[in-house]
Amino acid sequence: MRFIVCVKEVPESIDVKIDLKTNKLQEEGISTTLNPFDQFILEEALKLKKDEDEIIAISVGTPQTKMVLMKCLALGADKAILLSDNVFMGSDSFATAYTLSKVINKIGDFNIIFCGQQTVDGNTAQVGPELAAQLKIPQVTYVESVDKFEGQKLVVKSQTDEGFKIVESQIPVLLAGIPPSSFTPSLPPLRNIIAAQNKPCIIWNFEDLGGPKDKYGSAGSLIQIIKVYYPPPRKKGIVIVEEPTTAVEKLIELLNKDKVI
Amino acid sequence: MLGKAKELANELKQDICAVIIGSEIRKFCNVLSTFGANKIFIAEDDALKEYNTEIYTSILTRIILKHKPNILLFPATKIGRDLAPRVASTLKLGLAADCVKLVIQDGKLLMTRPVYGDNILADIICPNTRPQMATIRAKMMKKAEPKQNESAEVIKEPVNVNVDSFKTIVKEKKKTSIPGVKSIDEADIIISGGRGVGSKETFKIIEELSDVLNAAVGASRAAVEAGWKPKSCQIGQSGTTVSPKIYIACGISGTTQHLVGMKGSEVIIAINKDPEAPIFEVANYGIIGDLKEIVPLLTKALKEKKI
Repeated sequence: MRFIVCVKEVPESIDVKIDLKTNKLQEEGISTTLNPFDQFILEEALKLKKDEDEIIAISVGTPQTKMVLMKCLALGADKAILLSDNVFMGSDSFATAYTLSKVINKIGDFNIIFCGQQTVDGNTAQVGPELAAQLKIPQVTYVESVDKFEGQKLVVKSQTDEGFKIVESQIPVLLAGIPPSSFTPSLPPLRNIIAAQNKPCIIWNFEDLGGPKDKYGSAGSLIQIIKVYYPPPRKKGIVIVEEPTTAVEKLIELLNKDKVI
Repeated sequence: MLGKAKELANELKQDICAVIIGSEIRKFCNVLSTFGANKIFIAEDDALKEYNTEIYTSILTRIILKHKPNILLFPATKIGRDLAPRVASTLKLGLAADCVKLVIQDGKLLMTRPVYGDNILADIICPNTRPQMATIRAKMMKKAEPKQNESAEVIKEPVNVNVDSFKTIVKEKKKTSIPGVKSIDEADIIISGGRGVGSKETFKIIEELSDVLNAAVGASRAAVEAGWKPKSCQIGQSGTTVSPKIYIACGISGTTQHLVGMKGSEVIIAINKDPEAPIFEVANYGIIGDLKEIVPLLTKALKEKKI
């Protein structure tokens, strides 16, 4: 079996700033990490992996993204492919899904595609389903665990708006994963970090994928961001420091006055 | 969603159409008319009872190609965020996720969505593709005024489903939310408890307050991890993002991961022992004190106010 895990490099803290000169997000010099949703689904893939199976981690990013792929290799992936080229810059979710689909088609056969449900930065939750549509394979999103995998069928537990559902799916399939609250990301032991140095981490650029240039990056994107800005600051609040009974009375008085209730 | 659709349609002088897919759904036509739908496309079949991404996508894409809408809105629920990108990618359409504001600018849909939690907002357009697509936090949009005696034109859409061709099948479904209890997605008021609540038993005082206010009960990640509340109640980065009219945070310190999930609420009230808790930085009203004393007093006072 071949499993492909799509991952993204994201800022460690989502408290990012806007560069007021360029009106763009400050992306340089901030520390980054493997998107936690992607680490979760990679760990689910590793649980399913048998000796003869292969896990390939892929990512669209900058040369620096290699660090995130090295972490995937240290966690247990067998091989990594980094897509890095200026042509890929400025991709929306559709263009990202297109790029990933080209990589996957170039890799060839696969059985399961794993994606994080969303990223902590963009949080579109769209790349997974958009990729599944382009590969013309079924998808299950909000996957909390893969409970069974036998033959050509797998059973997953997935979150719904009301609770959860158990879904049986044929393979090939794309699974988009969201960690349950009990999930703690593993830290790869030092020897695995060292061993990862000997695993293949390939870098591909636009020429490796081919096809029309205007399908990639901002040219291939269907939405356009025209402005980024801070939300208006919340009005300074009123803090009540009183004995409980007086405090509650005061709060209700304020809520009445401001017509909140 | 119909409220927002009506606003946009009025400005563009276009019709509001609703799409319903499922089984035994004809009963919803009435309420959709009342809230302003001019036309309703209905795809009804027993085989459509359970949501299925691929089948719903094929039905919806056919409806889109046939009726060519200008704008297509989905709720930013788990189903909406599963279906919308699948449809968008199939038809090669631009899609903005989880929008909090929609306006018409120069004849185009201008969509505002939060990125990096709720720390930054981005304005987005779909320059070339139609329909312009968005999943939206419906709670943040103004509800339409219901009008009785309105009747929309109901258009039956052909459905051709072969259950045997389904590649994914739902084997079991479980609601972790209790029937009759409001879910955090739909409530106008949410009362949330965090680590400071201290135990599963103490959550009872939060539930009593929620009863008086007809509110939903939410929880921080710490409270869910402690097993005091199910995951479906969790608010924050790894749970649900909410934006109710009133959010009351009890014993929640306000980690970044929690704040990004509720900062969009209209009014935030915080009750916490620790005056340094970051929750007070976003709260409109705060009480410094023990929630175990304050919450029951608040419940009592609000109950009396009602009578």
